[in-house]
Amino acid sequence: MSAISVPVSSELPAGAVMSPSRLLNAYLTEAKYETVRMLRTPAFAIPFLGLPALLYLLFAVVIFGAAIRNDPQAGLFIFAAFALFGVMGPGMFGFGTLVASEREHGLLTLKRALPMPPSAYLIAKLLMAVMFGVIVTATMLAVLPLGHLKLTVGQLLAAAAVSILGALPFCAIGLFIGVLTTSRSAPAFVNIIYQVMMHLSGLFYPLPKFLRTIAPVWPTYHLQQIFFRAIGVSSQGSAFTHIGVLLVLTVVLTLIAVRRLAVKG
Amino acid sequence: MNNNFLAELSGVSKRFEKTVALDKLDLQVRSGELFAVLGPNGAGKTTAISLLLGLQQPDSGTALLFGKSPHLVEARRQIGVMMQEVSLAPELRVREQIDLVASYYPSPLTPAAAMELTNTTSLADRPYGKLSGGQKRQVQFAMAIVGRPKLLFLDEPTVGLDVQARELMWVTLRKLVNNGASIVLTTHYLEEAEALADRVAVLAKGHVVASGTVNDLRALVVRKHINCSTTLTVQEVAAWPGVESAKTDRQRLFITVSNAESVLRRLLAADQDLCEVEVHSAGLAEAFVELTQENKS
Repeated sequence: MSAISVPVSSELPAGAVMSPSRLLNAYLTEAKYETVRMLRTPAFAIPFLGLPALLYLLFAVVIFGAAIRNDPQAGLFIFAAFALFGVMGPGMFGFGTLVASEREHGLLTLKRALPMPPSAYLIAKLLMAVMFGVIVTATMLAVLPLGHLKLTVGQLLAAAAVSILGALPFCAIGLFIGVLTTSRSAPAFVNIIYQVMMHLSGLFYPLPKFLRTIAPVWPTYHLQQIFFRAIGVSSQGSAFTHIGVLLVLTVVLTLIAVRRLAVKG
Repeated sequence: MNNNFLAELSGVSKRFEKTVALDKLDLQVRSGELFAVLGPNGAGKTTAISLLLGLQQPDSGTALLFGKSPHLVEARRQIGVMMQEVSLAPELRVREQIDLVASYYPSPLTPAAAMELTNTTSLADRPYGKLSGGQKRQVQFAMAIVGRPKLLFLDEPTVGLDVQARELMWVTLRKLVNNGASIVLTTHYLEEAEALADRVAVLAKGHVVASGTVNDLRALVVRKHINCSTTLTVQEVAAWPGVESAKTDRQRLFITVSNAESVLRRLLAADQDLCEVEVHSAGLAEAFVELTQENKS
């Protein structure tokens, strides 16, 4: 018996071939159930879906409503802050804490042993985060007029596109944390990085000068600048640089994480 | 490659830091058999199965699934898996869990058919997280068979099941084998292997110490047990050659012997009133203990 001489051209038996439609169905089913389960998790769904619009209303209407009438730019700043806050969470927490926990508790191992199509696990989580991004963006756009702000259709569409695609770098950061940490430490790591990124990038308030100079190290800063451009607020730096930074960050972190997942699980 | 083998490990070694988990292990799973892999904790069972499932990479040697690398999803489309320690998404309902796994296969059963086979239909709409430990195992079993796999890997499938559920799983396993499926079973319940397995391999310290049918393994233990009603005393019988030990219990004499025939002849000759004689071979459990103890050092 020789175990080495596997015929390279051996045809796959009928039971091993998936039709393209079955394969697509596998990816979609994985994404559907990933989204369904997160929507059924109140501790995940309620804060991520409801909080951004509620906080926006609190700040832009209740607290600073009068000031914003005189300074619409300030209103747009607050709008950008909570719209981006809304799309960061599902990606970072959905990937970070869930991947760590599912690695540790055997779910990922089972999926690796089963014939789940390659990457379906990550694509499902990504689509889940994007779906949450879509819902958050829709709620934010729905409450926008209450803050006495007006955007053109083009600006609304651009804002929606930036919010939804903007979830991707945060999915990558979450995934990176999720593959390196345990289920106990992941929430802490995700939270620290999430909070630090939001506050030190100037997402919620203008930063003092010394913090402003280092703000570009945070991906939130770059996303904020792109969002500003989309809604007609004056922004810094070139859009290409911001997109480039986010793209490189997303690709590098994803590649490292995917490789580690494939080798170590 | 021998095409009769659905899965095989050839000369596989695997170490974890200083511990040798598998040491040049050879293991083959043939078509249409229920193959039980037994061994004490730490014998290498889980590592061997992990290599066949592509969850780990051997340090040396080859792991093949349907003649291909287990890392290829095409190879794994012909297997079903039930693992020991796995927490599935508690928010998903039973039908949804099964539907999700079914989506990985080219022509699976419907979730309804898989639930019917595993007696889980009544659980269909229950959230997985609300099930008892035994019910979760039954649902995992449904997930393992829903893809109509040619080869099933079951790791301690009946742990936590009540007697009725266990019997039902045994019946289903037999049905699957009769319909042409092959099964690799790891279990701590030796009576499970004894009742179900066509072939057994006993692992100890990372290699196969014995393999064959359950009867082959039992035959490795020469020792037999005789019990009878007799007027002879324990002390008398214990002194005979070929008798390893003797004891009485409720007027019956229980003798463990290395040569059953000669002891029987002497018993019949020494006691004209001897009656209710029973002779038993060693069970698989006894063979298992003997085989694995020899390999302890």
